[in-house]
Amino acid sequence: MSNMDTRYLFKRYNTWWVKLAVPEALREQLGYDLRRSLKTHDLKTAQDFRWEVVDQLRKKIERAKGLEEDLGIIPEVEEYVPPTDTSDPQYYHKVVDCQHACPAHTPVPEYIRQIAQGNYNEAYMLNWESNVFPGILGRTCDRPCEPACRRTRTHEKAVAICRLKRVTYDYKDDIANLIPKPETSNEKKIALIGGGPASLTVARDLVMMGYECTLFERDGKAGGLMRTNIPSFRLPEEVLDEEVNQVLNLGIKTVFNSEITSMTKLLEEDFDAIFVGTGAPKGRDIKIEGREEAEKNIHIGIDWLTSIAFEHTKSVGKKVIVLGGGNTAMDCCRTSIRLGAEEVKVTVRSPFDQMKASEWEIEDAMGEGIPIHDNHVPKKFIIRDEKLAGMEFEKVEAVFDENGKRSLVPTGEDPIIFECDDVLVAIGQDNAFEWIERDCGIEFGEWDMPIVDKVSFQSTNPKVFFGGDAAWGPENIIWAAAHGHQAAISIDKFCKNEDLYERPEPSTTLVSQKMGVHEWSYDNNISQATRFLVPHADQKDSLKDLKMEVELGFDEKMALEEAQRCLNCDVQTVFAEDLCIECDACVDICPTDCINFIGNDSEESLRNNLRIPAINLNQEILVSEELKQTSRVMVKDEDVCLHCGLCAERCPTGAWDMQNFLYEEAKVYS
Amino acid sequence: MTYIVKPKNHHPLLEKNELGLTRRDYEGAVSTLCAGCGHDSISSAIVEACFQLSIESYKVAKLSGIGCSSKAPAYFLNQSHGFNSVHGRMPSVATGAAMANHELLYLGVSGDGDSASIGIGQFIHCARRQLNMTYIVENNGTYGLTKGQFSATNDLESKSKYGDDNLFPSIDLPSMAIQLGASFVARSFSGDRDQLVPLLKAAISHKGFSFLDIISPCVTFNNHNTSTKSYDYIREHNDSLSKPDFVPLGKEITTNYNEGSSIEVPLHDGSLLSLEKLSEDYDPKDKITAIKNIQESQRDNKVLTGLLYVDPEAKDLKEILNVSDTPLNTMGTEDLCPGSEKLTEINLSLK
Repeated sequence: MSNMDTRYLFKRYNTWWVKLAVPEALREQLGYDLRRSLKTHDLKTAQDFRWEVVDQLRKKIERAKGLEEDLGIIPEVEEYVPPTDTSDPQYYHKVVDCQHACPAHTPVPEYIRQIAQGNYNEAYMLNWESNVFPGILGRTCDRPCEPACRRTRTHEKAVAICRLKRVTYDYKDDIANLIPKPETSNEKKIALIGGGPASLTVARDLVMMGYECTLFERDGKAGGLMRTNIPSFRLPEEVLDEEVNQVLNLGIKTVFNSEITSMTKLLEEDFDAIFVGTGAPKGRDIKIEGREEAEKNIHIGIDWLTSIAFEHTKSVGKKVIVLGGGNTAMDCCRTSIRLGAEEVKVTVRSPFDQMKASEWEIEDAMGEGIPIHDNHVPKKFIIRDEKLAGMEFEKVEAVFDENGKRSLVPTGEDPIIFECDDVLVAIGQDNAFEWIERDCGIEFGEWDMPIVDKVSFQSTNPKVFFGGDAAWGPENIIWAAAHGHQAAISIDKFCKNEDLYERPEPSTTLVSQKMGVHEWSYDNNISQATRFLVPHADQKDSLKDLKMEVELGFDEKMALEEAQRCLNCDVQTVFAEDLCIECDACVDICPTDCINFIGNDSEESLRNNLRIPAINLNQEILVSEELKQTSRVMVKDEDVCLHCGLCAERCPTGAWDMQNFLYEEAKVYS
Repeated sequence: MTYIVKPKNHHPLLEKNELGLTRRDYEGAVSTLCAGCGHDSISSAIVEACFQLSIESYKVAKLSGIGCSSKAPAYFLNQSHGFNSVHGRMPSVATGAAMANHELLYLGVSGDGDSASIGIGQFIHCARRQLNMTYIVENNGTYGLTKGQFSATNDLESKSKYGDDNLFPSIDLPSMAIQLGASFVARSFSGDRDQLVPLLKAAISHKGFSFLDIISPCVTFNNHNTSTKSYDYIREHNDSLSKPDFVPLGKEITTNYNEGSSIEVPLHDGSLLSLEKLSEDYDPKDKITAIKNIQESQRDNKVLTGLLYVDPEAKDLKEILNVSDTPLNTMGTEDLCPGSEKLTEINLSLK
């Protein structure tokens, strides 16, 4: 495990660097972070050498604080930036912001282009390969890709990537014959505990390789939190069933209604490896005055949603308070309305803008007329006639100390009392591993969580792997899928007695898009359309029906126009310095002033001396080798490049070319 | 040419000038010239200069003749007035326009064919008369539009792309302009933006005839290895006289040169052209030195660039002719044609 310890280290131009965050107060003076190259390609050397450098950089920060004087200024190394190594698959991958941000590295621009061409099946299958549940995720994903979208930097609003993913599901034909056939059995047996997205992903990947997978599920159907915690007005049951069964039908043995209660027993069975994907199934409770007396009318959010999903619960009181500001809280309040509650309100401890729920979930809840009361800390349940009658809250405000740590300080106002019949508690989820005996070789660490390796997903019992929320606490479905792929790779290597740390490389292709002097095999015209909103069902009907899907999805015309908003960030601007005659045509035509010809310098000076300084340090700069005529280098700031290809169109020598970069994350069966 | 419209999106941090405009607001249509044409770099330098000077586009008249160079005004300042004249006749049109309304900024864009061949007579008289304009020759030494014949500025030792020898010596337009009385004469290179932009700004701010000979490689017909106007030849033989820095009125001089190494030329509008000397005997205010420098560099097979000659105090055509300060085009018929009585009066006064 020690060979994966990369604290303070990051890789750039194939070289290891040390990076240290700068405290907020010093950022004006020192920048966001301090970096220094360790000038080595070898991780081991970098690991040995880093502490010295970390120490030096720390001293520099200390010095800036004025706490310690005369520690000696660490001499700044004046370095020229070496030519960017674009053969490192991660360089161009990072330019494709959405794909890079997606935990499963779904090739977003590629499937959006397929949608634009009406190839919904192909678009769906690209998603299916990467994230297993395109129809489900297209409705429920937390969309880490969208805040990363380049359009947020050039046109303000991101491409509606998530809802385009839904389009691939909605308009595909029968794709049964596109799904690859599993290989014949290799006689290895894998147990998967929990039927959620993590286990299903592992099962899908491994069954393809011929593993015999057995999936154990507590409930009567697979799906995990996708079934129990996401209400069907957001995710219709038929979508869920289709995509879950798509995996199960590959030949996975299922054991439903059977909760595993002992890991020791399971380990005694004839399994070659065990994957734990049991999620974070325990809703957090609130322990304040009146909790016990009001027990009958206080429900734990996720348990309550589960009992609705399985139709055990069909009603709720007239007045409902939902405690919590996450997505579960949003699902609880919207479900309450649909069960006939007349007055539903959400209360959150934190300020509104720090709520955990996704922006769009909050919007949807508020759009259904549900008020959100922020800065309200629950103090007690009010009992009248031995029954819950209301709740008392204390008004607070968020105060930040100099380290940026938040505390909620009472404002001193009178307590606020809301009447209610039922309270839904949605203030967080925990893991529950009572069923894992502490002597079965699985070590537990902080917060009573199993110790799981961040790279291999292996626990300290080499046979047992963890993934999804079971590994490191609650995340989103897309993370579960990403974990699943990695865990499957590890399990495969484990069963073959291979080194788990030798991870397979991603596969990449880079293909020129040039078809004629000014013709490209991608649409390089930049759409000026603004983001299209997904139409919703009429609220009069949808608020009465728990199963009626609220979002209707894009129609084909809107989908096409939204798809056109994609900037094709995977079509890379590839520069060949030996062809360049330094005529400046690319500099002149570039609409966003990304391209520069400039004398080489340290990275900081280069970034500051571009036509428009490259201040977004999250985005790379592409640096060429020294050019023949003037000994300058070409420096391109990747930050707001529109990928319009005009540099390549105006280049007389073809020194610029637009090349499609397809990055496919390694999976066990590829 | 490109098939798509240049996206209007620009960098969120794109600088704004005193008018609140960005550089993009000074652009024109997307160029239809060959990719890599030096003329496009010049257009871009004009855009940059006008942006930096906070020029109001509607107060500019772009004038040109015929040729690749003369197409270029379509590719910058699309909010300005424009006139694409008969081949070689841009100076006459400019003179007429300037006499009718001297309040516009006149930007003449011509080429080596348009100015050194068919229009050389017009060019000579325009320079001689000190018309208050900026006259740019985008000099590529070839007739690009007619597939690459030698132009009159092509050097004797240069061969054509097809291997033919040039039989005639070249015309050096800056030398001519100096001799004819132009009060601002410079040579630059389309591929040297750092030199070109300040020179353009100074030329635009200068009162009188500003002449800029800009070597601009023809990437299609005159960028081969026996050309003397190719990107790499110019870069190899460029002999820069000075490093110009244009300081607008009211702005602080931030460049700091060693004493004696810089020359400062105050322009009539209060701005300042500061020149860092790169050559010992450099005095842009002395005509004889200027001509001598040009001759010597020609002898040494060098391309002399920078500000060659300037006379910041020279009178322009309007002053020479003592024309009314009110532009003629704003005067009414009574003022322009005062009638027969007035004519008799004038005639009598001449008796």
